[in-house]
Amino acid sequence: MSNTDNQGGVWEVFIQSKPGLPHKHAGSVHATDKEMALQNARDMYTRRQEGTCLWVVPLEAIVSSMPDDNDSFFDPSDDKIYRHPTHYVMPDGAKHI
Amino acid sequence: MTTNEALINYCLRLGDSSLILGQRMSEWCSNGPILEEDIAMTNIALDLIGQSRTMLTYAGKLEGKGRTEDDFAYKREEREFYNTLLSERPNGHFGDTVARNFLHSAFFYHLFQALKNSKDEMIAAHAAKSIKEVTYHLRHSSEWLVRLGDGTEESHNKVQESLNDMWEFTGDLFEMNEVDELLIKEGIAVDLTEIKKEWDKTVNQVIERATLNRPEECYMQTGRLNAIHSEYLGHLIAEMQFLQRAYPEAQW
Repeated sequence: MSNTDNQGGVWEVFIQSKPGLPHKHAGSVHATDKEMALQNARDMYTRRQEGTCLWVVPLEAIVSSMPDDNDSFFDPSDDKIYRHPTHYVMPDGAKHI
Repeated sequence: MTTNEALINYCLRLGDSSLILGQRMSEWCSNGPILEEDIAMTNIALDLIGQSRTMLTYAGKLEGKGRTEDDFAYKREEREFYNTLLSERPNGHFGDTVARNFLHSAFFYHLFQALKNSKDEMIAAHAAKSIKEVTYHLRHSSEWLVRLGDGTEESHNKVQESLNDMWEFTGDLFEMNEVDELLIKEGIAVDLTEIKKEWDKTVNQVIERATLNRPEECYMQTGRLNAIHSEYLGHLIAEMQFLQRAYPEAQW
């Protein structure tokens, strides 16, 4: 094989393990187009009954936050425990919550 | 010929074709054009070898002489194999493999669709199980045929040549003899002239999508029914049987 990269683009693979559950990231495959990406994902990740649905997403379509964003994106929630429902004490009489 | 004898032969035809095509696909292991394709082809090899196990085991049971799937796979000689001539074609370049697998998968696809209704329960169950795998094999090879055919000028010309080269071995897929005649009467086997019609439709459709030309009708090689093979099968089984021949009865 030549040194030029002709494997196609990178596609991220998401698998839904059971109907109703969210698709989880499983890994990535190389492919030249949608159909091939789906086939390659099937061959790489679903041979052992891992799932009921497959998504493939071109890498370029995924926008990721950068490590530099961490301070402003994630840290402000550190000291705000009242944002978690467990922070609140439920009154004894409250039902169906 | 008894129905039992005919059925044993029929199982060997199915089992051997899967086995030999599976062995061919396994030759791609570690040699695929990219990692994903390497794994895809090895998966297909495993599917096919799995299919052959069912049929060879069943043949042994019908025969009643205590032969196992391994005895059939590893201890028969070239002139005792009933696989299709197409299945033994060498892998060649990737386009050759795609063309061969496409033509063969389309055959298995329509054959197994029909055999799901076989009156022999084992054959019917085998077909119902295998069709899921074969559906994928057909999809995989069809999509590649389309991409190579409708790709660059070079890939188009190469895969057209692959199709042309494989064509003379497609007639053999549909040959029938007294085994078929007897088993069709019993509702066990299917008439391959009917399968050929379906095969033609599928093949024409995909060839058109791939912007390729259906090869012109030509002289067709035959041999499968009489276990007569091309020069390639001997080499293939020499490699496949090496371990059992060199170390008889070797176990894991």
